Amino acid sequence: MGRWLGRTTTGFRQRGRIDMTPESPKPSRVYFFGTCLIDSFYPEAGLAAIRLIEREGVRVIFPRGQSCCGQPAYNSGFPEEARTVARRQIRAFHEEIPIVVPSGSCAGMMKHHYPTLFAGAAEQAEAERFAARVFEWSEFMVRVLGVRLEDRGQPLKITWHTSCHALREMRVIEDSKSLIRQLSNVELVELERERECCGFGGTFAVKHPAISGAMVYDKVEDILATGAPRVIAGDCGCLLNITGAIAHRELPVSGQHLAEFIWERIHDGD
Amino acid sequence: MMGTESFEQSAERALADDQLRKNFAFAMGSFIMKRKAVFSDAAETEQLRARGQAIKQRALSRLPELLEELEANCARNGIRVHWAETPAVANRIVLDIVNAHSATGVIKGKSMVSEEMHLNAYLAAHGVEPIETDLGEFIIQLNGETPSHIIVPAIHKNKSQIAHIFHEKLPGTPYTEEVTELNAIARRTLRRRFYEAAVGVSGVNFAVAETGTLCLVENEGNGRMCTTLPAVHIAVMGLEKVVEKLEDLPPLLRLLTGSATGQLVTTYVNLITSPRRPGEKDGPQEVHLVILDNGRSRIYADPQLRQTLQCVRCGTCLNHCPVYTRIGGHAYGFVYPGPIGKILNPQVEGLEKAAPLITASSLCGACEEVCPVKIPITALLRRLRDESYSRAPTSAVPGHGCRSSLAERLAWQGWVLVNTRPWLNRMMNAVLGAIGDFLPPVGPLERWMRFREEPKFAGRSLHRRLKKEGVADE
Repeated sequence: MGRWLGRTTTGFRQRGRIDMTPESPKPSRVYFFGTCLIDSFYPEAGLAAIRLIEREGVRVIFPRGQSCCGQPAYNSGFPEEARTVARRQIRAFHEEIPIVVPSGSCAGMMKHHYPTLFAGAAEQAEAERFAARVFEWSEFMVRVLGVRLEDRGQPLKITWHTSCHALREMRVIEDSKSLIRQLSNVELVELERERECCGFGGTFAVKHPAISGAMVYDKVEDILATGAPRVIAGDCGCLLNITGAIAHRELPVSGQHLAEFIWERIHDGD
Repeated sequence: MMGTESFEQSAERALADDQLRKNFAFAMGSFIMKRKAVFSDAAETEQLRARGQAIKQRALSRLPELLEELEANCARNGIRVHWAETPAVANRIVLDIVNAHSATGVIKGKSMVSEEMHLNAYLAAHGVEPIETDLGEFIIQLNGETPSHIIVPAIHKNKSQIAHIFHEKLPGTPYTEEVTELNAIARRTLRRRFYEAAVGVSGVNFAVAETGTLCLVENEGNGRMCTTLPAVHIAVMGLEKVVEKLEDLPPLLRLLTGSATGQLVTTYVNLITSPRRPGEKDGPQEVHLVILDNGRSRIYADPQLRQTLQCVRCGTCLNHCPVYTRIGGHAYGFVYPGPIGKILNPQVEGLEKAAPLITASSLCGACEEVCPVKIPITALLRRLRDESYSRAPTSAVPGHGCRSSLAERLAWQGWVLVNTRPWLNRMMNAVLGAIGDFLPPVGPLERWMRFREEPKFAGRSLHRRLKKEGVADE
């Protein structure tokens, strides 16, 4: 498993077209980090993400001691509290196997911010090794497992929302969209302002409700303009925000995590 | 700027102003497209940004000696250099020069440092009339406003709003929405002022230490007139504007103009290296350079915060910011709006005053993705958030610890407990799964629910589901 360690994502990013050939050898076992939002609000998404990995013949381990990546405190001015919680995750995921995370934001925290959070601390080297093992879920499905999907659902139009951290930290937006494009009966209508934040931002949403509210309402308008009855996202923070605003306005649009959507599409009619 | 109104109140007022939001959405959208067109090659743009960052970091790494070199070379060229630790000192220096020439007014090119000094108000209070000559600045000065953007100060106004201002504030001006006619009105009004003025004031985009050269870019020619027509030219700059060599300018100029207005080059690129020399036909008799610190040397002392000083004031972080494009520049209530303002104002003016700015970001990173000198804006926002709670004596930002509250600290300690004790975590999820829908809408939940429905807790958490399904724990 030493091959996982020195790997950086930058080499993966110099690409135009997506090559569907796996770039890393398929591991026999992986860790799954469920994220606190999936744990509390979207367990179906977590279950689907795990089943889709297992379907490829990879054993999934879900350490029970896991909780939150620590990002809420890290972004809110409480680095010591963030470190305490992050340390727990590093310990719970101690074995040198890949860690798959169904969220670009939590994956970005663990991959790109843990080394900073523990810089100069006793756990620095451990945090860096941990960070090198982190994959966002769709990135892992495409880049490592080279998954092939057979769409069994009815024709459906959807739109896709990327989280800012999936886009700018993990840079996996093309991986996520390539999974959707494998679904032959699904028409993906892209948002006009796909790169713009939905206004979630963790505590930002409750510290500056009016600004955050204006951002999410504009995002909802963009979603409505696609004419799609469903918005798919890879991050449950964005989903809570966007579907919460959609429900508040009583609009006929639903939201779903990418893993749950894919699981549903490949099993439809079963 | 907004009196006693809080940031959140100003933001709400701006959000409720449909015309303002339309003006900003339209203008920022067009700036984003223009920038994209000149930086269409992603790999080349990345290289250029890395170069810009390296040039500014190299200059900052030698800042004290470069400033001395700049002073020595300016002096050799006949430019008089003045040092000002505070805006008050800088204002006094400018006024003394104006008074020494018995001038009753000054013409001004666009300068954010002069805004930072509140120079116009100071001069006016001392009987000297400041006249803004940049078209945008001219418009807002007529209307008694401050800039809403650091590059395009009147961007919050549309054509008909400008037509009204000209008609009402310039005696004898008929109402017109014709853009060429509006330009002609401004030109006619200002032309007379250019001829009469004895003193011109300008900003500086880059000061070259190696040659003692002041570089100033602009599109209207007003900057060139302010710096060549009057007998005296006073340039004001923040001390971070110094660069090492003349050859540093081409990449920086390409980055600045491409990022700011989507131009490959501005209409005017002024390189000012001395007053009028014997035998020359134009140019001022005297050139003064006022170098302002105003907290910058304190920012410089901290290696992480120092990156704030890399800024070239292109304003592209404003154009790309989802918060700025919705609330506009005035709502911030500070001289520098947008992402750069969120990191600069708290460091200059202190966290007690500027703390609301540092939380007003979702940390989406749209700003640092386009920053021409790669300032890590989100990391600096996190640092300032840390500082706002930190009572440690090693904290570097004035007003650090101002937000420290027992309630918030306890809340985060509770969060730590729930996320480090698996049994407590399971219990919390079970309880919230059962009663989450009946939580009273108060505090953060109430603020969430102003625009959204309450989040629905799952009946059974992922932890519980997986335990039941027998997914491996180890």
